[in-house]
Amino acid sequence: MTNSEKNRLKDKAFQVFGVFCTLIGLVVLAIFLIDIVIEGIGRIDWDFLTSLPSRRAASAGILTAWAGTLWILVLSAVIAFPLGIAAGVYLEEYAKKTKLSNFLEINIANLAGVPSIIYGLLGLELFVRMMNLGGVLLAGALTLSLLILPIVIVTTRESIKAVPRTIRDGSFALGASKWQTVWHQVLPASFGGILTGVILALSRAVGEAAPLIVIGALAYVPFVPKSPMDEFTVLPIQIFNWTSRPQAAFLTNAAAAIIILLLITFLLNGIAVYLRHRQQKKIKW
Amino acid sequence: MAFGNKSYTCASIHNTLRVQEKIIEGLLWLSAAITILITVSIIWVLLSESVKFFGEVSILRFLTEKEWTPLFADKKFGILPLVAGTFLTTAIAIAVALPIGLTIAIYLNEYAHARFKTFVKPLLEVLATIPTVVYGFFALTVVTPFLQSFIPGLAGFNALSAGIVMGIMIIPMISSLSEDAISAVPRSLREAAYGMGSTRLQTAFGVMVPAASSGILVSVILAISRAVGETMIVAIAAGQQPRLTLNPLVPIETITTYIVQVSLGDVPHGSLEYRTIFAAGMTLFLFTFLLNNLSFWIKKKYQEKYD
Amino acid sequence: MTKKHSKLEAINLDAYYGDFHALKGINIAMEEKAVTAFIGPSGCGKSTFLRTLNRMNDYIDGFRIEGQVLLDGRDIYAADVRVDELRKEVGMVFQKPNPFPKSIFENVVYGLKIQGIKDKNVLQEACEKSLQHAALWNEVKDKLDKSALALSGGQQQRLCIARALAIQPSVILMDEPASALDPISTAKIEDLIHELKKDYTIVIVTHNMQQAGRVSDHTAFFYMGELVEYSKTKTMFTSPKDTRTQNYITGRFG
Repeated sequence: MTNSEKNRLKDKAFQVFGVFCTLIGLVVLAIFLIDIVIEGIGRIDWDFLTSLPSRRAASAGILTAWAGTLWILVLSAVIAFPLGIAAGVYLEEYAKKTKLSNFLEINIANLAGVPSIIYGLLGLELFVRMMNLGGVLLAGALTLSLLILPIVIVTTRESIKAVPRTIRDGSFALGASKWQTVWHQVLPASFGGILTGVILALSRAVGEAAPLIVIGALAYVPFVPKSPMDEFTVLPIQIFNWTSRPQAAFLTNAAAAIIILLLITFLLNGIAVYLRHRQQKKIKW
Repeated sequence: MAFGNKSYTCASIHNTLRVQEKIIEGLLWLSAAITILITVSIIWVLLSESVKFFGEVSILRFLTEKEWTPLFADKKFGILPLVAGTFLTTAIAIAVALPIGLTIAIYLNEYAHARFKTFVKPLLEVLATIPTVVYGFFALTVVTPFLQSFIPGLAGFNALSAGIVMGIMIIPMISSLSEDAISAVPRSLREAAYGMGSTRLQTAFGVMVPAASSGILVSVILAISRAVGETMIVAIAAGQQPRLTLNPLVPIETITTYIVQVSLGDVPHGSLEYRTIFAAGMTLFLFTFLLNNLSFWIKKKYQEKYD
Repeated sequence: MTKKHSKLEAINLDAYYGDFHALKGINIAMEEKAVTAFIGPSGCGKSTFLRTLNRMNDYIDGFRIEGQVLLDGRDIYAADVRVDELRKEVGMVFQKPNPFPKSIFENVVYGLKIQGIKDKNVLQEACEKSLQHAALWNEVKDKLDKSALALSGGQQQRLCIARALAIQPSVILMDEPASALDPISTAKIEDLIHELKKDYTIVIVTHNMQQAGRVSDHTAFFYMGELVEYSKTKTMFTSPKDTRTQNYITGRFG
């Protein structure tokens, strides 16, 4: 075999290996999803969705867990959305290129890399102890809001950056002030992108268990939370709790709860992808 | 004062507008400044509790003792077993994710059709959107039994399957960041390699990967940082037994798992046991902080190479 | 030069981007209700100068000026001048059409709305008047609620002119307004400039010498940050005084 034939063979071999690597993750994902569905789908019925938790696997339900997850979703959105957008607008439209803005940027990148469980420790001391909230929904939502804030800020900045300079010039030239330009031109033009980012951030929050465990969210909450000051659990914590038990029946429960959690996560991601797609089609600069 | 003679211009309205602009700018600034407050709070929370902890347990003991048993009667406060557990699971995860992720990046860049690429990339991203507690379930109920079928000595909780599953989770992180780095290499470089008769493989490993090495390195560092801080997979599948070992087949405990373990119990606020989670958290924070800043530094240093 | 009222005037104007000296000692007076064209090679400072006339350079980091720009005898860089007030008086049209991603109607009335004018009738009237003035009304009157982005390039640029007219400025600055357009659209814009100079003072930057010859009453030639020559357009094109002007007009460089 000549040298160049050998090289060509290696090239082909790597190509096969490339396909293999690309598919292996997807195959594992598929196996996993199928396994979960087989194990859990039979357990999902109206009772499972509307029952309170129980020490007996067969009668336990996820009502309080998904209600808590929805609460967390809404509260985190309400807190992180305005805060993150405001910070993003400031950094992109107002901040001069100074040492301070540079430092802010590095700081936000750093926050994005802080492990979620550290946010849990922060929430535990800050919201649960010092503000004396206890392990309630509000404390959990505040903690997760801080966790997703960097993501919201970064996507806001990227979406705003995509709005062409000429649009701002056009607005300024008509006598608009800075804020009028941001409010009437920049934000509407970038809203789709911002919303996409926020939804992706929320889907991350929905899947988090560790920081909420640290702030003291409980696995066993025998009532549906009625206000942000109520104790709560969420789906990931319920899943963690059931997974940690030795009895097989609880593993089935966990699988069933995972199906519901994945539905929520995929739904949020689907909405985000759809919005991004629509945005790209709607505005071509 | 206005130009021309516009009847609708009125000084007082404009003053209110100007004040309004300033207030809005102030509020926006405040929102951005909150991010600094968050960082300061994190450091302050971790430091203040850690300082109290180190008032009772010397840093030397913390760093050199070989056992971590703060919840037992015979208390030992050596962080090394937790660090070893964290290191072990992280190393396994990277050993899985780096070759696969990098191969994907090269394959998608140099070999794959554009259509295949647009189809596969979002699917790979799905791997990153699945909640980690779900991965934990997968590791415990699918991967561990599967591995046990041909690794007889594998315990029910172990670093191996947790690490492997964590690796699968971070594949898209390495593949997408590395792909960005590789596709940022100028076309001219690739064309020069092809022009000299290189195969795609030779071009990829001889030219593209070295040229994109800083970006690939950044992706690996960020992946390590992610793996070090990962909690639920290891809490579910790797066990809760702090052990100074590099044996992937036995139960271990990571820093993050320990924090979860203590949080699930009812350790009284203000006790030494309560403070251990902040000392552990501080250790974890230092690791990720250093890794993240290392990646920023590399990125900044090599960013302008091809501009 | 004729002794009509001079609407805009620059006195000993210097401009800098950081260390770069972009405009050097500019002295010029622009006549009211006439068209003044700025010509010169790329990077000569003509666009920078145009943008100092409505302070569009204010947002550029490191930009500063020395000297004065007078509008109706008042220094527009004086401390008590509000930039948004100035821009209501000095409208601007850009090189590339930049309609907002909104409806045609919303584009035209944007300047009025941000001034706080909400009365539907006032807005509709202003919209129709401005579009007619910009010679666009007949083409768009049935689709005012359609997106401005759906218009052709030439229509978009006339929409941008209508948008500027709606706030009733007395000066309109045009920065190469036809450079991104096809010849037919360009001709329409040039016709429009002829119409508009009855009511407005127009300052236009152009790369295209023929265009300067066709539309302007006075022409200023800029070269490397200096105002080399300023005279009636006819005079400049038939008997330029400076050799640099001569070289540029005859196409030796550019």
